[in-house]
Amino acid sequence: MSGNDNSLIYGLEFQARALAPQLAETEKISFLIGTQSLKQTNNQIHLVEFNEEISTLKTTVFHHSEGEIWKITTSPLDISKLATCYNVISGENSCTFKTAILKLPATENPNDIENLEVVTTFDTKEYGNDVRTTEFHPNDVAKAASVIDNNVVLWDISETQAKCIRKMQLEGKHNPKFTTGKWNPHQNCNQFTTATETHLKTYDIRSGDLAWHIDNVHHQLVRDVDYNMNKQYHIATCGDDGFVKIWDFRQTNQPVYARNEHSHWVWCVRFNHFHDQLILTASSDARVLLSSAASVSSENNDICDLDDTKETETKQQLSDGPLQWCEHEDSVYCAEWSPSEPWVFASLSYDGRLLISRVKRSLKYQIML
Amino acid sequence: MAEKNQNPLDINGPNFSPNLYLDKMFKESTLRQIMDNENEIVKDTQTLHSDMQTLVYENYNKFISATDTIRKMKNDFKKMEDEMDLLASNMESITSFSEKINSNLQDTRDKISHLSGVHSLLQRLQFLFKLPSTLKGRMKEKNYIQATQDYIHAQRVLQQYGDMPAFQGIKTDCVAILEELKTELRKQFSNPNATTKELMESVDLLLQLEEPPKELCSEFLTCAEKRLSDQLVMLKDQSEQRDIVEFVDLGCSGFLSDLCLIIASFHDMFINRMNIDNTENSEIFENFAAVELEIFVKENMQKYFDLIQSKVDSEQDIADTNTLVQALDRFYMRIEGNTFSKNINFTTMATDIINNAGTKQCKAHLHILKLAFTDTLTKVRQTLTTPKLISQDDSSKNLTELLNSMIVTVVEKTKGVLQDLVAFISPEITFAKKTHFRECFCVDNVREGLVVCFLHHLTSSIKSICSEGILDSKIPPTLILLLSKFCLDFRNGSVRFLLSETDEVFHINQKRHGNAVTNESEIINSMQETAQYLLNYYVRLQGYNCSQMLRKSVETRDWLHTIEPRTVRAVMKRVVEDISAIDATVALLYEDQGTATDENLVHFLLDEILGSAVHRCLEPVLMEPGVVDIICERG
Repeated sequence: MSGNDNSLIYGLEFQARALAPQLAETEKISFLIGTQSLKQTNNQIHLVEFNEEISTLKTTVFHHSEGEIWKITTSPLDISKLATCYNVISGENSCTFKTAILKLPATENPNDIENLEVVTTFDTKEYGNDVRTTEFHPNDVAKAASVIDNNVVLWDISETQAKCIRKMQLEGKHNPKFTTGKWNPHQNCNQFTTATETHLKTYDIRSGDLAWHIDNVHHQLVRDVDYNMNKQYHIATCGDDGFVKIWDFRQTNQPVYARNEHSHWVWCVRFNHFHDQLILTASSDARVLLSSAASVSSENNDICDLDDTKETETKQQLSDGPLQWCEHEDSVYCAEWSPSEPWVFASLSYDGRLLISRVKRSLKYQIML
Repeated sequence: MAEKNQNPLDINGPNFSPNLYLDKMFKESTLRQIMDNENEIVKDTQTLHSDMQTLVYENYNKFISATDTIRKMKNDFKKMEDEMDLLASNMESITSFSEKINSNLQDTRDKISHLSGVHSLLQRLQFLFKLPSTLKGRMKEKNYIQATQDYIHAQRVLQQYGDMPAFQGIKTDCVAILEELKTELRKQFSNPNATTKELMESVDLLLQLEEPPKELCSEFLTCAEKRLSDQLVMLKDQSEQRDIVEFVDLGCSGFLSDLCLIIASFHDMFINRMNIDNTENSEIFENFAAVELEIFVKENMQKYFDLIQSKVDSEQDIADTNTLVQALDRFYMRIEGNTFSKNINFTTMATDIINNAGTKQCKAHLHILKLAFTDTLTKVRQTLTTPKLISQDDSSKNLTELLNSMIVTVVEKTKGVLQDLVAFISPEITFAKKTHFRECFCVDNVREGLVVCFLHHLTSSIKSICSEGILDSKIPPTLILLLSKFCLDFRNGSVRFLLSETDEVFHINQKRHGNAVTNESEIINSMQETAQYLLNYYVRLQGYNCSQMLRKSVETRDWLHTIEPRTVRAVMKRVVEDISAIDATVALLYEDQGTATDENLVHFLLDEILGSAVHRCLEPVLMEPGVVDIICERG
């Protein structure tokens, strides 16, 4: 089950914790990674393209002179756009988190390492220091949302200086902060889900009100959330208690799926965009796990039986649980599926090693056939 | 001979012809022969002559006396003839006299015989005329037997002459009385005090009175049914007040005795007696009666069994096993001892009830064990959450004690239950001798249904405390550790002990029952697995608790504006303390698995910290060794 036989390694010289697939790319398998170094004058962004047929990587390196990268997100609509959250040393003994939207150059320049052009800047100061993420709106090129301390700020990004449209604020004892946030791709993309401590809070961006929430989704801090593209009420969560859970947010008393396979904090959880029984998780136990959540998958549908009984009879459903492990040598903070190729995923460990892996062939056939 | 005699040539024969003889002689013989023959004949003649002279001389006297006798007889006969004539004339006169007397008496004789005929007729008539009143009298005396006999006596006459006007009255009276008699006899059926003998008598009489047997048979059963249902109602009423032994006894002496009597008398009355009469009809009737009886017995036994069953059910929670078994055995012996029906085996039904009782008793005990275990768990949990235990110095002792007492409680409770249940198969119990019951009870109910099931319950209920998917901070971690050790200790000893104890007490032979019994290793594995699961859960829970403290403390600090550390931070102290406490607790239960810290791990972590500091600090400066020494010493 374990082993990296299916993987290709790409090593960086620096530590890294930011990885993002190019969401708008539908043909190539391409990922962006950002380095994290406080002292280096130039942090880097690497565009890694994977040619599956000949199993080779093509990489393009860009400078990210703004600061050390903590998070990269990409626009699902514009292939050239990405957003970074970065940390800048500002004067003596102080650091500031910032965020910006950058643009990849249209033409390649093999001779020089270019600096990426900043297309939109954000003034986040008034909302707090910890800029966790800037998330592009799924279908509105003019919108993005940033998670800053205890605020979700909805921006108009149509111009070079982002304008705040609406601010949603979290209040409570002990100055709670958001850990992360993500758009709900369903419900006309009017909901933005955040994680704070052990809770999920989802806002309706039209009114700024809380749409729904689930308290205590994990025993300890929630690290990441991900929506199932094929099941509109299912959201996956992971956290410091080592659990991965899937919730149906219409019924919040208990998760529909919960597994505890990692031996340390789980930092990232991702549904496969095409076959949502495949769940990818990254953990600081230095492992990436591909597991099955077939029992709650959109492909686990009893109604199918009526249509073609023969096929479903012969098709053996996967059982829930681990399918495939990828071993790293340091904490893995990110793991991402390729949006263009259902059977390829990338994972990035803090030591700057990127693994591009394939789903085992036997597994692939079991799901496909 | 005649021919010989007639031969004229035979000189000694009567037909001898001297001429022929001579002719033949002359023709056939030589002279010499003739001469010799002549000499011979002369000689013979001389001899014969002398012989004759001798004979005459010798017999002369006899001739003389014979002549005298004959003369005398001639005279005597003449005298007798005269007397005979006299006798004949006398006889003739006697005959004539006799005839005369006879003719004189003829008249009187006819009269007498006529008179005697009239007398007997009168007697019969008188009986007939008296019959109604006699019958009435008999009825009053309740001498039904005599009444019936009287009636049957007169029956034929009544049948023959009943239509004559003179007898019509009598007949009507008799019929009326007879009806009364029949009703009276039938009443016996429904008389609860009537003895079986009385009943038999009644049926017997009614049959003699030519009542239709099928009807009687049904009527008899209806009445019997009523009596039995009275018994059943009584039993039902008593059901709550009596204890089960009394209840069974009551049923045996009441219902079952009655039923036996009814069956016996039914046989005597309807089945066996019929043989006397018309064979063909009786056979048909006998079948009919047998079927009726069968149905009757079956229905009533069913009702009785239902009562017993419900009593047994209701008793299961209250009565102690011994009493229950005793009652069941009495019941069983009674059922087994009587043949209630040729075709239905009520012993099997009784065995079913006992089997059920066994199963239920085991289930009830299982339930008790489960409750007791839940109780134990709650108590242990309470003890662990009571703060004083943890703060006390002898908490260590208490923890092992707690674990031991928990194990002892569970094992002893289980043993107690087994000891209680052994009553079911004690040697003096009759039904316990039946292999079918025995095997079913010992293997299916006790071993599998109770012991194995309880052991499975232990693992599953312990496991359910730490439900998958949730790290429940409300559970005291020590409880989880304790339960993990509990499972391990069970795995290492108690499981085997309880199973072998069961096998021994209930004589279960593993080899013989092969597949029917759960293998010890299966339970041991599940115990092992649960122990490991809980241990993992414990480690995870404690680990997360510590890491949570560390994370919070790291996150809340402004590291950019912090001064050089002079002491170990409080939270670090706390983490170390907690870990030592956990270590100590684990060491108590999992004796000395080596508390030595993995030095490699420590060095690795120190390297990580140093690495991080180098990477993440803008201007890292090494601490002064003196300060480090001081901190270490204080720590």
